[in-house]
Amino acid sequence: MILRTGSRERVGWRVWLPLVTVALFAACGGPFPQSTLIPKGDFAQMVDEVFSATVRWATLVFVLVEGVLIVAILKFRQRPGDAEPTQTHGNTVVEMVWTIIPAAILTFIAVPTVRTIFRTAELPEGGLEVEVIGHQWWWEFRYPAQQIVTANEMHVPAGRPVIMKIRTADVLHSFWVPQLSAKRDAFPNKYTTLFFTTDSLGEFTGQCAEFCGLQHGRMGSLVVVQTPDEFAQWVERNQVGSPLINRGVVAADSAAADTARGAGRAAQDSIEAKGRETFLAAGCIGCHAMVGTPTAGVLTLQGPNLSHFGSRRRLAAGMLPNTPENLAAWLRDPQAVKEGSLMKLPRPLTEAEISTLVAYLRAHQ
Amino acid sequence: MATSVLDHSDSTAPGHTGLWSWITTVDHKRIGILYGATAFLFFLIGGLEALLIRWQLARPENDFLSPELYNQLFTMHGTTMIFLGVMPLSAMFFNFLIPLMIGARDVAFPRLNAFSYWVFLLGGLFLNFSFLINAAPNAGWFGYANLTSRQYSPGLNIDFWVIGLQILGVASIAAALNFFVTIVNLRAPGMRLMRMPMFVWMSLITQMLLLLAFPVITVALVFLMADRTFGSSFYTPGGGGDPTLWQHLFWIFGHPEVYILILPAFGIVSEILPVFSRKPLFGYAAMVFSGAFIAFLGFGVWSHHMFSTGMGPVADSVFSLTTMLIAVPTGVKIFNWIGTVWGGSLRLKTPMYFALGFVAMFIIGGLSGVMHSSPPADLQQTDTYFVVAHFHYVLFGGSIFALIAGAYFWFPKMFGVLLDDRIGKLQFWLTFVGMNLTFFPMHFLGLHGMPRRVYTYPSGLGFDLMNLTQTIGSLILGLSFLVMLYNIWKSVREQPRRIAPADPWDAATLEWSIPSPPQEFNFAEIPTVEHRDELWWRKRKAGGPLPEPARVSGKGIHLPNPSYWPLVTAVGILVFMTGFMAGGVVLNLAGAAILFFGAFRWAFEPTG
Repeated sequence: MILRTGSRERVGWRVWLPLVTVALFAACGGPFPQSTLIPKGDFAQMVDEVFSATVRWATLVFVLVEGVLIVAILKFRQRPGDAEPTQTHGNTVVEMVWTIIPAAILTFIAVPTVRTIFRTAELPEGGLEVEVIGHQWWWEFRYPAQQIVTANEMHVPAGRPVIMKIRTADVLHSFWVPQLSAKRDAFPNKYTTLFFTTDSLGEFTGQCAEFCGLQHGRMGSLVVVQTPDEFAQWVERNQVGSPLINRGVVAADSAAADTARGAGRAAQDSIEAKGRETFLAAGCIGCHAMVGTPTAGVLTLQGPNLSHFGSRRRLAAGMLPNTPENLAAWLRDPQAVKEGSLMKLPRPLTEAEISTLVAYLRAHQ
Repeated sequence: MATSVLDHSDSTAPGHTGLWSWITTVDHKRIGILYGATAFLFFLIGGLEALLIRWQLARPENDFLSPELYNQLFTMHGTTMIFLGVMPLSAMFFNFLIPLMIGARDVAFPRLNAFSYWVFLLGGLFLNFSFLINAAPNAGWFGYANLTSRQYSPGLNIDFWVIGLQILGVASIAAALNFFVTIVNLRAPGMRLMRMPMFVWMSLITQMLLLLAFPVITVALVFLMADRTFGSSFYTPGGGGDPTLWQHLFWIFGHPEVYILILPAFGIVSEILPVFSRKPLFGYAAMVFSGAFIAFLGFGVWSHHMFSTGMGPVADSVFSLTTMLIAVPTGVKIFNWIGTVWGGSLRLKTPMYFALGFVAMFIIGGLSGVMHSSPPADLQQTDTYFVVAHFHYVLFGGSIFALIAGAYFWFPKMFGVLLDDRIGKLQFWLTFVGMNLTFFPMHFLGLHGMPRRVYTYPSGLGFDLMNLTQTIGSLILGLSFLVMLYNIWKSVREQPRRIAPADPWDAATLEWSIPSPPQEFNFAEIPTVEHRDELWWRKRKAGGPLPEPARVSGKGIHLPNPSYWPLVTAVGILVFMTGFMAGGVVLNLAGAAILFFGAFRWAFEPTG
């Protein structure tokens, strides 16, 4: 559900272009929750304004030129007994005119284009910085100031600029959340940047836009826009056991996790202890950082950080809802769920182990 | 040098038929037909790949294709259509038409011409052989580093792609040199540059593009092969390389390549529209210079494929403006085509249907091109279906429409048979409806957020019905090409009733002044050219249609001897290149030996 809090909605192309779309493809229409034509972030809005101006000119040119072509075809069809038409070879004045007019129209597109290029090149002040790291085939998000590491789900506060520093851990990817900002490629040897500010609370989906191998089609991301208060709470929760805070401090992690859990302690303790044991025994720690285990402080593991997995909405980079059933299926055979995924079980898990792990992972909110 | 004069009186005489005559042929017309037949076959394979892709995407979460096979299919669809479909189909027209249009007996280097064809054929077979061992290229036709590194693509897939493209590059460069020299040196007396048919002009410009662009991809591929085979790191950051380098090199080739695919189409349409409008091309000089200007600018816009890499505002602005500038000469071309039609007396035959369809569809592709010349807009559109829509309007609505128009137009000249006009028009409407159903919704699909190159998509994003519409459209497109095949089969079968005269369309260029199909020596006597629309000029001087030219004896006309050394040399290149993938130095040496032996015998062979 996308809540509209801003009053900056401008009635114009962004409203009626989708309407035209719906009209053109009567039954094909939406809703379109990932549409660039329904921008919710300032970056996407700036892009949409340039695009709308271009579409207006393009529509005008389209109607005129195709119209003249159709008139010509209808008007000058050969009729029986037609004499040879006048053998014209050209007309300098006419040719000058139709060289100059398109050039003039292009300036009307070029000026807002260049202006927007420079507007979107300047990073806003006082933004929340998020390091976005592409992996085959999932996204990692690090918040250096908040000292948080998470995966596939980026939480941001409404009303505050978000500045993304983008890179990759392996091959090229491209980070793209269409309604909030446009896309920017991820390189292994440099950072690229992108930003947005939004007043719209809710969830926004995105997808990797640069072909990155086998499961490029299943490399989704989710941006959760929250009120500043909700965001602060989320930050506080996720700081527990964060590798950026507790590098290599196992005991402290464990203790902090215990403190954070609060009520229902006895039952929780049993899930925690058994789950932790299975997590270690089954080899999960080979690839995943997890609060309360020896990997809690490690940043360089291949798989996503699982410390607060229970609070995440989706599984396998946006592919499935994070339900106990889906998680169990994933743990039973990740290759059957997402062929070629780099998640490879060191050994098959028993059903008992799977249900223990499901309870354990889901308990960490 | 020893020479021999053969009896070239008639191409159907003994010794001029049979498989061996095709293997050893150096006749530009036969090589053109070989190019056409081979490329059409590859084109159908590429189309089949497209249909499989569309079938997979017909509904969300479909599992008709595995992700791996899907990736192989979209990579091979792009690679096939560009390098094995549209380029060699254009080469068919270069081969068949350039000597005829400029009044020459053959191309400048007939055996080099045969060599180009054989290298192309072997390269195409090599690329497609990868399917048989389940290792077809799978990193996209653009093969972005560092996904193509040995680390992330350990299989043979990328090796097939690298080596296949290198082999095809040899064919393209050799052919480009040949046609360039042919057009510059072999024009008939009086055929001044500004009297050349527009198709020859566009071909000349295309050859220049090929000669300047292909060395770049060759170098880029050598680097990639070195990275993969010898562990260098041109593109891998671990060793200090930069994956962005690949993107620059690839698109410095890749954008001119776009014009390599479309300029021959411009040429074809510029020949057809005047003939069926019964008046000369409007603004000939503007057409020549706009074509040259497009080609020139084509080398200064490559980074518009890279706006999302974050090049900075200055580079973004510069490449955006140069890209927008291309719209001006392109607009000039479109307006001149409409100016040609305007005031004419339109004979609406199948070639004209497709030529007019070309203009109508190309306008749409041009306009969407202007839309993503704006970097901010492109940041949303790049790598989405919007771009897929754009370039299919340019390449299918543009190049393929023009190539089909050209096929209907020149088929009678090539084979002496007129294709059925009613079936041709049926094919046009199927193609027209199918193409718009397939590609028009892609604009909206992309704008609504569907990325390219994804093997499936979830439902709930509003993509489902548009995708289904597109799949239905693609099936109609597939059907339209079956109709074309049926038309060719039916028309050839009915040949006695469909024999084409020398000039069935009342056309303006020299190839229509000689019998259909032309005799092996083309012109019994080299013509003298007095006018830009030479044949119209001759008919006007004669006050009516010219008499049907007689088939004459070619006794005494020197033509090059048939030769199989070009094929041997081409095999040498294939074997040599394969050594970089499998078989190692032994194959390299064997290939080099065949290559040098073939070239040696070729050099000292009597040329006739």
